[in-house]
Amino acid sequence: MKILVCISRTPDTTSRIAFTDNSTRFDESDVQWIINPYDEWYALVRAIELKEKNPETVLHLVSAGGPELDAILRKALALGGDEAFRIDTTSNDSYTIAAHLAALCRQQQYQLIFTGKEAIDTNNGVLGGMIAELYQAEYVSLATRFESTAEGCTVSREIEGGEETLSCPLPAVISCQKGVAEQRIPNMRGIMGARTKPLHVITPEAVSPLTSVVQYELPAPKAGVKLVSADQPEELIRLLHEEAKVL
Amino acid sequence: MSVLIIADLQDGHIKKSTYSVISYGSEIARMTGSHAAVLVLGTCSDAMNALGNYGATKVYHVDDAALSELDPKAYIQVISAAVETANADVIVFGSNPTAKAVAPGLSARLGAGLVAGACALPDLSNGFAVRKTVFSGKAFANVSILTPKKIITLQANSVSLPPTGGEAQVEKLSIAVPASNRKVMSVQKTEGEVPLTEADIVVSGGRGMKGPEHWGVLLDLAKTLKAGTACSRPVGDAHWRPHHEHVGQTGVQIAPNLYFALGISGAIQHLAGVNRSKVIVVINKDPEAPFFKAADYGIVGDLFEVVPRLTAAIERLHADK
Ligand SMILES: Cc1cc2nc3c(=O)[nH]c(=O)nc-3n(C[C@H](O)[C@H](O)[C@H](O)COP(=O)(O)OP(=O)(O)OC[C@H]3O[C@@H](n4cnc5c(N)ncnc54)[C@H](O)[C@@H]3O)c2cc1C
Ligand SMILES: Nc1ncnc2c1ncn2[C@@H]1O[C@H](COP(=O)(O)O)[C@@H](O)[C@H]1O
Repeated sequence: MKILVCISRTPDTTSRIAFTDNSTRFDESDVQWIINPYDEWYALVRAIELKEKNPETVLHLVSAGGPELDAILRKALALGGDEAFRIDTTSNDSYTIAAHLAALCRQQQYQLIFTGKEAIDTNNGVLGGMIAELYQAEYVSLATRFESTAEGCTVSREIEGGEETLSCPLPAVISCQKGVAEQRIPNMRGIMGARTKPLHVITPEAVSPLTSVVQYELPAPKAGVKLVSADQPEELIRLLHEEAKVL
Repeated sequence: MSVLIIADLQDGHIKKSTYSVISYGSEIARMTGSHAAVLVLGTCSDAMNALGNYGATKVYHVDDAALSELDPKAYIQVISAAVETANADVIVFGSNPTAKAVAPGLSARLGAGLVAGACALPDLSNGFAVRKTVFSGKAFANVSILTPKKIITLQANSVSLPPTGGEAQVEKLSIAVPASNRKVMSVQKTEGEVPLTEADIVVSGGRGMKGPEHWGVLLDLAKTLKAGTACSRPVGDAHWRPHHEHVGQTGVQIAPNLYFALGISGAIQHLAGVNRSKVIVVINKDPEAPFFKAADYGIVGDLFEVVPRLTAAIERLHADK
């Protein structure tokens, strides 16, 4: 079995969000970077568990971006995985990145590709579905449970108001969220071992982007909270009904 | 040219959430001088011509029971064929699990730029740019779609347009549905609850609720409001509530019209999942709780005293109506 886990880098969840260059670029000064939580906690950990169960499994990690991603890939390798690939690109167009990742899939012939449910900076949740189409694989989005089977896999996924459990053949792309695995903390042995694992840099073929970010904006600040006395909670209901008109 | 809106169905009925997506697509049709058509996939027992009320002039219906189970590959194939028939250049989905499974692959199939989670009508002043939330609601990005065909998934409760009135003409489309390699083994529905991402009102509890045995006051309020229920991450982690109720940066992201936070401190990771709510109400006994800074209305007080009185006041309001 050959597995690929797609890793993206996102600002730490407490980072201050600001923009530069006339609001066309994310301001990276003072930002702490982390592995996107869905990728680390669920996608990567589940893949590591599969390898622990079946040591013949080959586990690759990939991230598309500049040299700044090497540190993130090393951090991921400290949790587990045999080798990492960095696809050298500056693009932030999902389709372009998906096309690069699909090219790697074709070259390496992965049976399973895990992604996070979404990157917490782009809030797109689209990369996995694009890879599946380009690699002609099955796609299961918003997975909450994953089991490997003799015929392929059994996956539970979120549907509106519940969950659906299905079986599907491989190759498959699975976008992972809470439920798929439990977060792990890297240990010293993992961190030391990660330093010597191979990290390959790939120069991708050019792809025409389908989208581009023109400008960022910060939301208008809230007007401020209107406090109602705890002795008169009924007043809150009147305000929600008459003023905010949401009741 | 046309705008094609993909209806979201459940048990043979068009979901209410689809109506605002049709209104949104119809408004794009008006802005671009084309017309709006709805695509209904699978068995449907609703009067589809009534979708004209939201501005659609046409409804295409692929009446094939095989589509009642979602297989992204089959959906992509069928929608691509319908896009061709309708000569559609803009395709609009609601932001639901089906769209999340299908829209990205459709984008790759058609070479059509996709904006996922749009929160405004497109800006046509310089190309075709769509606003969407990024950084978990802490910012917006205006994303330009560079291709002739365009796909948008629309965030719930983000654009509201009045119904236009009118009737749509219904046309059956016969498109072969490719056989599926997948098999649905079981479906577990959370009975009797309002699905969180569809709820207009959400009542949410944090560690200040003290324990699962105290959830009654929250559930009473939610029931009176016909609201969905949610919780903070520690509450989900401690199994006080089922994990699908956990909202926030690493849980479900929601944007209801009204969000009640009971005994939740308002950590930045929690806010990231709820800050797109139209009106936020915070009830917390600590006046310094950070959530008050993100709230529209608040009560500083003990939730166990305040909440039952809120429920009673809402019951009186309903009785007066
Ligand atoms: C990477 C990362 C991701 C995270 N993702 C999420 C996420 O997705 N969602 C999430 O929610 N959290 C998330 N967290 C955790 C987050 O940082 C907070 O720890 C969490 O939201 C706190 O939950 P809480 O508000 O329920 O509990 P607390 O912070 O303990 O707050 C309880 C509140 O209840 C109030 N209270 C107590 N008793 C009463 C009473 N009787 N009446 C009224 N008020 C009362 C207290 O004043 C207090 O403000 C994440 C953290 C990290 C590091
Ligand atoms: N630049 C990238 N390189 C590798 N994987 C990525 C990259 N961006 C996103 N992903 C993966 O795709 C998932 C969804 O990302 P997105 O579609 O941007 O929300 C993430 O959780 C990652 O698993």
